[in-house]
Amino acid sequence: MSNQTMANNQFGARLISTLQKNVPFLVLIFLVILFTFIAPNFMTFGNLRTLIRQISFAGISAVGLMFVMIGGGIDLSIGSQIVFGNVLLAIMMVDWKLPPAVAIPLILLVGTGLGAINGFLCIKLKIHPLIITLGTAAIFKGMGYIINQSRNIMGFPDSFRWFGQGYVWEIPVPVIVMILVALLGAFILTKTYFGRQVFALGGNEEAARLAGVNIDRTKVILFMISGFITSITTVLLLSRVFAGQTITGQGLEFDCLTAALLGGVSFKGGEGNVFGLMVGMLIIGVLNNAMQLATFPDFSQQVVKGSVLLIAVAFDVYQKNRKAKETVARVAA
Amino acid sequence: MEAKVVLSLENITKRYPGVLALNNVSISFQEGEVHALLGENGAGKSTLIKAVAGAIDIDSGIININGHEYSKMTPALSRSLGVEVIYQEFNLVPTLSVAENIYLCEKNENSAFFSAKTIEKKAVKVLDQFGVKIDPRILVQDLSIAEQQIIEIAKAVSKNVKILIMDEPSAPLSVSEVELMFKIIDQLKQKGVTIIYISHRLEEVFRISDRVSVMRDGAYVTTKNTKETNRQELITLMVGRELRESYPQRKKSPGDIALEAKNLTGNGDRNISFSVRKGEILGISGLVGAGRTELAQLLFGAAPMESGEILINGKPVKIHSPLDAIQHKIGLLTEDRKGQGLFLEMAVKWNISFPIIRRISKYGVVNTKKEDEIAQKYKERINIKTPSLLQQVINLSGGNQQKVVLAKSLAAESDILIFDEPTRGIDVGAKQEIYYLMTELAESGIAILMISSDMEELLGMSDRIIVLCEGQLAGEVQKENFNQHYILDLASGIH
Repeated sequence: MSNQTMANNQFGARLISTLQKNVPFLVLIFLVILFTFIAPNFMTFGNLRTLIRQISFAGISAVGLMFVMIGGGIDLSIGSQIVFGNVLLAIMMVDWKLPPAVAIPLILLVGTGLGAINGFLCIKLKIHPLIITLGTAAIFKGMGYIINQSRNIMGFPDSFRWFGQGYVWEIPVPVIVMILVALLGAFILTKTYFGRQVFALGGNEEAARLAGVNIDRTKVILFMISGFITSITTVLLLSRVFAGQTITGQGLEFDCLTAALLGGVSFKGGEGNVFGLMVGMLIIGVLNNAMQLATFPDFSQQVVKGSVLLIAVAFDVYQKNRKAKETVARVAA
Repeated sequence: MEAKVVLSLENITKRYPGVLALNNVSISFQEGEVHALLGENGAGKSTLIKAVAGAIDIDSGIININGHEYSKMTPALSRSLGVEVIYQEFNLVPTLSVAENIYLCEKNENSAFFSAKTIEKKAVKVLDQFGVKIDPRILVQDLSIAEQQIIEIAKAVSKNVKILIMDEPSAPLSVSEVELMFKIIDQLKQKGVTIIYISHRLEEVFRISDRVSVMRDGAYVTTKNTKETNRQELITLMVGRELRESYPQRKKSPGDIALEAKNLTGNGDRNISFSVRKGEILGISGLVGAGRTELAQLLFGAAPMESGEILINGKPVKIHSPLDAIQHKIGLLTEDRKGQGLFLEMAVKWNISFPIIRRISKYGVVNTKKEDEIAQKYKERINIKTPSLLQQVINLSGGNQQKVVLAKSLAAESDILIFDEPTRGIDVGAKQEIYYLMTELAESGIAILMISSDMEELLGMSDRIIVLCEGQLAGEVQKENFNQHYILDLASGIH
């Protein structure tokens, strides 16, 4: 074989492996091209801006969820944390007349506290976070309904409008917040020793413990991060809707989870990156947006979303098995 | 009279990542014999029985059962041919009754419905054969380990077993319980059942087996009539080499006491006292379940200590967590590398630097340049064979994985290293390398505790050996008094 063909082969093999690693990215590009052709109003600045703003709320919370998932846990209470926080923040500003500059830091504190509750329950009861956060989800949501007392809370100061509805150079504020949260998240996960400990915890909990990681404390911190980040979403959503309702935020964890799984965050922990997560989020955004442009009925959208979640999980498992087989083959050779 | 061969294995080969688990193994088993299978850890016994049971796919070879040849075995096929395996971990459903467990997968031919009465009657009959009285309605979780094992045997017998494979059946049993098990084995033998008996305990092999086959490093060594062999011969066959020279000699003699344990109690161990000097290798011997790994966990803060004292360089220290231990420069290389020692999906360099990641960070941010330097240094020092420091650990061979575990502890600049089964599951060449590394480390003044089930390794490497038995210190043996039988007797609680 000549050097030329060998180089070509090597290049081909590397290209295939790169493509395999970036399947979600390719899917995203494919979807964008597809909808550009079949939906004339898809590829417009206005529509794309709407699309990205739509995903920014779930996109912010997804970063928090990713921290928990890389650490081997899961947080299904994200939507319910928003329900509770949203109503409480509305009450703070309308009923208690607190200015946003006081109410917002308070709600960030409360959100972090909700995360801490999740974390403490997980380490004290020693039950899988899936069950714990399913339970706390019901509790947080219920508490939201209780303090809301079936009202539609309105009458916020105008200064509060900017967070969810404002723009900086034509870019919606929530999108900018999402980008900042994503960048900060990526920095913490990849550059700091805390990030290493999170990957270690999710990759092999016992090995992490024996390497001196305080397992319980790290788990609680992860849930607090998720709670903190989600309370940012809470602020932005309330400012966007500009009315305190219990419907806001419900089921948001579904999109976060789908995006995470699409983007290569492993359900078993120890794996994930912010770039993949954002790609996953964009896939969901494009699908949602396209279905809305095509005026799909709401219920059909549900069917599509559910299917995407299952496909994402199946793909995750498929990738794992393929990798495991390759490993056996390589080591044996 | 030539006995009938019921099971014959022909040229079975099975490869795992980094290890040739079975290398062209051929053995045949006769009808109605008790055939012991002997070998050190990692000799391939368990893999072999899994192959017969269809629990794993073999790469090549033929399994011949009752004259029929199979190149692929499945659990269902193996069962239908009358092969039953009793694994070390029982396959019982603890929340179901004795009768339900025995007839778990049985279909009732006469009725579509399940009848508790019928199976309870049948269960009593099976258990009566063994002369044991166990209420068939009682839940399995309420039985003793020995009784559970009888249920496992009953399960096999109820399915008309022809070949019964028992993997270390005596390990969890007390002496009188073992006697009962032997009685049952005898009865089965009378009925023409072939029993393949895997055990470490030589005295049991002599007691009940008719023939004994020895395996070593995944290969078949030989088969002997039990009556025509002796203990020494079997040990030599198992260990293989006429040994000793392969262990590196040390020049320096041990220095001051590095670590002293006084009356350590907790995690199943009671009142264990010992000390280890700088530059000394202290061997820790004992049977499975004697509390050796538990002792390592205590020293490393991985399990809570109830009472006792640990002194490092003569000063009492408190070790409540692995972090405390690491800070006191203790390193633990766990027995279960993959489960407890490594992050398999992560890069080599990531693994090496992990225990000290905090130390090489500034304001929380990892200094990757320093990380690279450290990883590179230890990769070279202990010769980890990997194409790159970014290689995932899962892609390395067993021996190199063990070296990564060692590099982790060295990077943490440990003064005291606890090796738990350092050479388990790694091939002979890599073993040699590990021995030389351990020797070199001892020469450099590190105190080493080495837990091992490999007697040859213990005798070859240690300066002194302490023996544990049932969570207690059974004795201490100086190098000049090293004697395999004496140590085994101590470990069995005879002295």
